[in-house]
Amino acid sequence: MNTEKDVATQGAQSEPADSSGSPALRPAVDIFENGDAIRLFADLPGVSEESLQLEVDDRTLTIQGDIGIEMPEGMKSLHADVRSRRYRRAFTLSNELDTARIEASLKNGLLTVTLPKREEVRPRKIEITAG
Amino acid sequence: MFGSITNWEGDLFDQFSRLQRDLDDFWGASPGPANIRAVARGSYPAINVGVTADGAEIYVFAAGLDQEQIDLSVQQNLLTISGECPANQPEGANAYLQERFSGSFRRVIALPEDIDPDSARANYHDGVLHVSFARKEEAKPRQIRINQ
Repeated sequence: MNTEKDVATQGAQSEPADSSGSPALRPAVDIFENGDAIRLFADLPGVSEESLQLEVDDRTLTIQGDIGIEMPEGMKSLHADVRSRRYRRAFTLSNELDTARIEASLKNGLLTVTLPKREEVRPRKIEITAG
Repeated sequence: MFGSITNWEGDLFDQFSRLQRDLDDFWGASPGPANIRAVARGSYPAINVGVTADGAEIYVFAAGLDQEQIDLSVQQNLLTISGECPANQPEGANAYLQERFSGSFRRVIALPEDIDPDSARANYHDGVLHVSFARKEEAKPRQIRINQ
């Protein structure tokens, strides 16, 4: 059984287009795991706390956010690396993650999500007694 | 709100440039001569540059930095953005995906020749560094009155 790796290996499920028709950007993520939790970091530059949508539905974690940059009127583009105003990425979570205790914070466009493992599945050290 | 913005002609995120990029990808390179300081697509950080009648606006998409970690300098019409992105792997943790950029970065952007380097204003908000330059006064478009 190796379900704990789902969140890392399944990756993005789908990135449907937004209402304006341009496909959503797929934010770059780092995913780390230790004994207590899985931690996810996602680059969402331009997304404010108000425009961030973080949802857990059944076993799917969905990250969505709109880039809220105010631009002067009549601006012409000289160069554009970023060609959409929306980020979206989804991950499948596994059973041993406690979805009720997920914590998230957003600072300077960097989203940090902590997905704690259920108490009962945390690795525990087995004491070996002599004799 | 976003729907209408993306319908602007020549919008920063416009559809035409996306098509052009797809074509570039398809043909292996863009047909015209490339800027000597051009970097590969996907280079960090992502940058959008736009111009208005009054100046130039630069948006640098660099999430998770502190203001002090970004170095901005301008020489004539060349804007240099450099800095250091700290790696954030917690000690003793296993990594699965590591797509986020870490390490030092540097990008140089050639701005229109007629911008005034002294007019630069920069601010970092929600992970986007916004730098604005005004055009030199003499370079701004002006109305010409027709005498009767």
